[in-house]
Amino acid sequence: MTTISGEAVNHPERMASRSPAPGEGRYRALVRLSRNDDVRRFVISVVGGLVLALITGPEGNGVQMLSGINGALLHPHVFICLAVTVGVWVLITVRHHFARQVEHVSGRVMALPKAVLPDRRVRAGLWLALFAFAIIYPPTLNSFWQNVLVEQIGIYVLLAIGLNVVVGYAGLLDLGYIAFFAIGAYSDAYWTGMLPVHPPLHLNPFWVFPLAILTAMLAGVLLGGPTLRLRGDYLAIVTLGFGEIIQIVANNLQGVTGGAQGVINIPHFSVHVAGIKYHWGLSNLPYYYLILGFIVLALLAYFSLEHSKVGRAWTAIREDEVAAEAAGINTLKYKVMAFAIGASTSGVAGVIVASQIGFVEPGDFTVQLSILILVLVIFGGMGSLAGAVVGAAVLQWLPQFLRVHPLFGYNQLDLYIYFGAILILMMIFRPEGLIPSRRRRREIVLAEHGVGSADAMESGHSGGGLAAVANPEADL
Amino acid sequence: MTPVLELVDLEVRYGSVPALRGISLVVERGEIVTLLGANGAGKTTTLRTISGLHRAHSGRIVFNGRSIEALAAHDVVGIGVGHVPEGRRIFPRMSVLENLEMGAYRRRGELKDDLERIFQLFPVLGERRRQDGGTLSGGEQQMLAIGRAMMSHPDVLLLDEPSMGLAPLVVKAIFSIIDQIRADGTTILLVEQNATQALQLADRGYVLENGEIVMSGPSEEILGDQRIRAAYLGEGAAS
Ligand SMILES: Nc1ncnc2c1ncn2[C@@H]1O[C@H](COP(=O)(O)OP(=O)(O)OP(=O)(O)O)[C@@H](O)[C@H]1O
Ligand SMILES: [Mg+2]
Repeated sequence: MTTISGEAVNHPERMASRSPAPGEGRYRALVRLSRNDDVRRFVISVVGGLVLALITGPEGNGVQMLSGINGALLHPHVFICLAVTVGVWVLITVRHHFARQVEHVSGRVMALPKAVLPDRRVRAGLWLALFAFAIIYPPTLNSFWQNVLVEQIGIYVLLAIGLNVVVGYAGLLDLGYIAFFAIGAYSDAYWTGMLPVHPPLHLNPFWVFPLAILTAMLAGVLLGGPTLRLRGDYLAIVTLGFGEIIQIVANNLQGVTGGAQGVINIPHFSVHVAGIKYHWGLSNLPYYYLILGFIVLALLAYFSLEHSKVGRAWTAIREDEVAAEAAGINTLKYKVMAFAIGASTSGVAGVIVASQIGFVEPGDFTVQLSILILVLVIFGGMGSLAGAVVGAAVLQWLPQFLRVHPLFGYNQLDLYIYFGAILILMMIFRPEGLIPSRRRRREIVLAEHGVGSADAMESGHSGGGLAAVANPEADL
Repeated sequence: MTPVLELVDLEVRYGSVPALRGISLVVERGEIVTLLGANGAGKTTTLRTISGLHRAHSGRIVFNGRSIEALAAHDVVGIGVGHVPEGRRIFPRMSVLENLEMGAYRRRGELKDDLERIFQLFPVLGERRRQDGGTLSGGEQQMLAIGRAMMSHPDVLLLDEPSMGLAPLVVKAIFSIIDQIRADGTTILLVEQNATQALQLADRGYVLENGEIVMSGPSEEILGDQRIRAAYLGEGAAS
């Protein structure tokens, strides 16, 4: 049964026997058009552009509720928004058709992911270029952008790399990631003697790093150990709760954490080792290089983990936990390991931020922040280090760029609306993320060819059941 | 000689619902033993309990003279129990080669000889070594699942309905490979619904019904039993 609308048109007698509503033909043409992916995407992009204009436009008010809409849609501004979204559509359409051609030529489905991906040497070169750029470029920036580089980009790249291990490698949904950031920050405050409770010995924040890493890791193991035995969904809930608990504890345990006012005067970093003497002061650049150092360290460590036995265990766990266990993998151990590694990375970031700003307060550690970092990882491409780095950098840089740019200058309160929109677009057009890992790309390709996912219906040429549902004229 | 695998009065429950009501079973070295039973009889439960994926309520599981009922699943693999789970459960987005490598996760050392052996048993896996597991046909996936379990060098291979959903010819091929694996020195506990073929392959059999063993003996004996013929071999009830 493969009646499609096109055939129905060729049977006037049958048509006549039904209610011949005027415009039915037009309706059917529309239905057919709407099945074309390119057209569908185009419509979405136009609607998206209008919504973008609406969101970025002026606010309405109680007296004239529509003034916001007028101000947004009857303003040249709308053309900029449309240009952006339609531009995205053009890019995607071109890419899509190009990809299809490659697939057609290469013939074999399995050959595609490797063929499209640049080879190892090219990738190593790109990494080196990125690294060189990250070293050379920042000193040329003004202090505003250097600050953005530290507080908005660097820290978040580090956080995203850490969460990528948890979410991307081991496939664990951690919604309380920022709690470990808080643990790092408060560890810093504690060991430098700035909390109401005093440490056995005062340390320079630089030496807090190992302690904070251990503390965050321990917290990760204590939280993950019992929870990770359970099904995946529980972890999300427990970590969500843990994030809240940490924040509430920081708020209410006044005698220990200083309560809602937070902690001030956390000292900056300094080193006095083997004749080297350096003090991190108020300028941003030294912090930037410190973060860059940690990022590079984390990248090297996680890259080698990914390509070791541990990484293969994580992949197996993501694919099929029972089969992994039956293959002799201690699934609990590796899940806790991923969780703890993520936690310690978050802890390091906490120490850096606390010592750079010199101030910590419970309000810094909201669930929103955990979710933001998750968004960065998904945007970049789960399970891909390059994705985490570039994704976080782009998505953290863009709002700052737009904020100071004369053409846009959006309202900061709207930020999460944009993130939501970007994520939705991403899920529609590029679910594997900005720079997907090879395996993730493979998952998507396989899903498109009907292996392992409901997405299989999308590319079905059989026209069977789904077409009948989508087509109101189908002869049932 | 002690048996390779022995279940002693094994009781397993899901919550408070009993799935196995105290079964005892012996597998001697070099045997193929088949465990038969209808849907829901408890065959999968038996295998999952042996390999540590599920905990026994009471009773013992003795492997090479050692009690293993408290061992974690990943450690049971390490001491020589290979499990080919129900429904194959290969890793769909790993290549054939990667799947096989996962099977050897607990082992150190060179895998080349093992891979060669697997490809000798299953030439089709060799041809498709770079293909993703999820894109293999059902029969190929079953072969991959068996190959993956063999990569751990098991003493005993637990096979859960390897014939499920496969064409008769493919079943025949797989069963003859199972026979060959046994000839190479691996003891086999085969769970099947396909009773006739399983009994033709196996030395001995057990019949499980509602979590209890209702019959056991040499294959010919079970094949000849009227009740069994009626219940499992698809012949009309003998009046
Ligand atoms: N996870 C579970 N939770 C609760 N009950 C279960 C669970 N797994 C199995 N059971 C029950 O235990 C009994 C035995 O199931 P089992 O899967 O061992 O049967 P089986 O002999 O393998 O059947 P089949 O031939 O259909 O695979 C069934 O009644 C089943 O409903
Ligand atoms: Mg079963």
